[in-house]
Amino acid sequence: MTEFVASDAAEAGVVATTPTPARPSRSWTEIGSEIGDRVYSWSIVGFASLVPILLLTIFVAVGVAAWPALREFGFSFVTSSDWDPVAKHFGAAPAIYGTVVSSFLALVIATPLALGVAIFLSEFAPSWLRQPVAFTVDLLAAVPSVIYGVWGMYVLVPVLRTTVMPFLRDTLHLGVLPLFSGVAYGPSMFAAGLILAIMCLPYISAVTREVLAAVPRSQREAALALGATRWEVIRDAVIPYARSGIIGGIMLGLGRALGETMAVTMLIGNRHEIAASLFAPGYTMASLIANEFSEATGDLHLSALMAVGFVLLLVTFLVNAVARWLVWRTARER
Amino acid sequence: MKILAFATTAAITLAACSPSNDNTRTDSASTSQPAAASTGTSDAPLTGAGATFPYPIYSKWFSDYAAKTGVKINYQSIGSGGGIRQLSEQTVDFGASDAPMSDDEMASAKGGPVQHIPTVLGAVCITYNLPEVKQTLNITGDLIGDIFLGKVTKWNDPRIAALNKGVPLPNRDIVVVHRSDGSGTSYVFTDYLTTVSAGWKGGPGKGKDVKWPVGLGGKGNEGVTGQVKQTPGAIGYVELAYARQNKLPTAAVRNAAGKFVEPSIDAVTAAAAGVVQKLPPSSDYRISIVNAPGADAYPISSFTWILLYKTQPNAAKGKALLDFLHWALHDGEQLASSLDYAPMPALLVARLDTTLATIRVGATP
Repeated sequence: MTEFVASDAAEAGVVATTPTPARPSRSWTEIGSEIGDRVYSWSIVGFASLVPILLLTIFVAVGVAAWPALREFGFSFVTSSDWDPVAKHFGAAPAIYGTVVSSFLALVIATPLALGVAIFLSEFAPSWLRQPVAFTVDLLAAVPSVIYGVWGMYVLVPVLRTTVMPFLRDTLHLGVLPLFSGVAYGPSMFAAGLILAIMCLPYISAVTREVLAAVPRSQREAALALGATRWEVIRDAVIPYARSGIIGGIMLGLGRALGETMAVTMLIGNRHEIAASLFAPGYTMASLIANEFSEATGDLHLSALMAVGFVLLLVTFLVNAVARWLVWRTARER
Repeated sequence: MKILAFATTAAITLAACSPSNDNTRTDSASTSQPAAASTGTSDAPLTGAGATFPYPIYSKWFSDYAAKTGVKINYQSIGSGGGIRQLSEQTVDFGASDAPMSDDEMASAKGGPVQHIPTVLGAVCITYNLPEVKQTLNITGDLIGDIFLGKVTKWNDPRIAALNKGVPLPNRDIVVVHRSDGSGTSYVFTDYLTTVSAGWKGGPGKGKDVKWPVGLGGKGNEGVTGQVKQTPGAIGYVELAYARQNKLPTAAVRNAAGKFVEPSIDAVTAAAAGVVQKLPPSSDYRISIVNAPGADAYPISSFTWILLYKTQPNAAKGKALLDFLHWALHDGEQLASSLDYAPMPALLVARLDTTLATIRVGATP
């Protein structure tokens, strides 16, 4: 590794504290301010603990509602592909698979794009171009997901079906891989992954841009002084310094992709089936709940949907834990 | 979360409810009349919840009725399942559903026996995307079943060709599109397929959500329509009002009399009339009119129902509800066809009048 380690001192500077001055004798105002301090610290502890308590109650409430279905089907709930509301048998494997695969696909597509956008904006873009482009990318995050869904259904899906999918499958002969084989209906895991990529791109790029902007000038100048080219400066000095922040941004994007409901429902084809091909329709956990909750017939069906919600919570929780661990590990490596 | 919110609403409503309501729940022998309670709630609006399919005509009815009588009715179109649950929990004065309540649901309703009142009729249309075909396609129920089971996969299948002589059927794959969300439309459609197709009856069965053997799922009528319009060779099903308003191509379906009938408001009313003529006097109106007899009947038709308790504990609200239903079945019915719903046959309206007269108001069950 050819990393330039000019960062340790700068990083230490951020956390250094100023020494507390020696205390003179106590006055009433000081006692008053001490009480104020206590009230203040208690109340912020209270506010801060509200969030974990809220999360815990959500977990418990969803878990309790999910319990009848989890008890009925046990482990087969996450391994079975048989989702049959008429026969009252519920297995959520295709939805779990769909959530993970569509989100992963979204990250694979969005991450290089988002990093490219962020690096261009923070390192290369002339200042007159920087603001408008950054604004446009950020605006992507403000578009409601149903708009993405409608656009996807009427613009993206026809293009995929008539042009992109046949091109990948036949012209590039990727059809020999199971991943790109089969009939191109249009609505598919591939379409869902693409729309999710567009939706999580602004999150990744915005965070990455901020992180890159926070890399100290000295880091770049040190690399330049050693004769590095601009490309080498970015690759070896800037990116490694910002790495943990970039991973954090990617995980934020992943969180967005895992939970996205409306746009995915409109594009994924809503089919309870695990297919090898990305061109085949699939399902996600969030779309399953959105589709069936309002008309769920019977307590077991409702409970099964709650169980899907519970699994979705667990998956999100797990992904965030892994992300934390990755950030922590990369931060330690330096 | 929704359940929590729902429970809270239930608790608040119960707490705010009249003492007479308590009597019904504890089944006490007390004869206290609900008059005291009803004076407190006499100007409170009626509340209802349920089906989304009849919402356009219901909201028109409610606003017209409020303008005429001053009686306000709040209706939440949260879906048939939600309507049945809220009625069972007595958090609303009436429910509305596109599918009749099951015996289990009837038994677990907390306010006693439930009366189904059919209000208007709807139908499910078969729509398709075949750019080559300009004529209206003919189709049978058995064939629709086999297409949706994935047994017939090409548009130029001999069985389709036999019904459509002279129509240039293309050698295209059939792409099945169904509803992905639970819906009354799916219920009516699968109810029909269960009636006419043995393969469907032994397979997916009928329900608001079923396990679809093949095809893509679209959310809502608009989701199905979107995918059908975007995909040459697609076939899907949407409700009549939606198909008419969006001018979708629809197939003529062979009815029980052997005639191919295109979906229309008259053909749907004809289907109901055919069934109602043979209705036993004891009927609770939980009746399916799919594959109805009658030469002009469109076979994939259905009622939509308003659900209310046979015993209305709150005298003022109960009377207001019955007055409204009477108005809806007589005056309101005239508005139906302008909003693309089929009005009920006159014979049925006359029978419903006598049924409404049996609802007991201001009593405990």
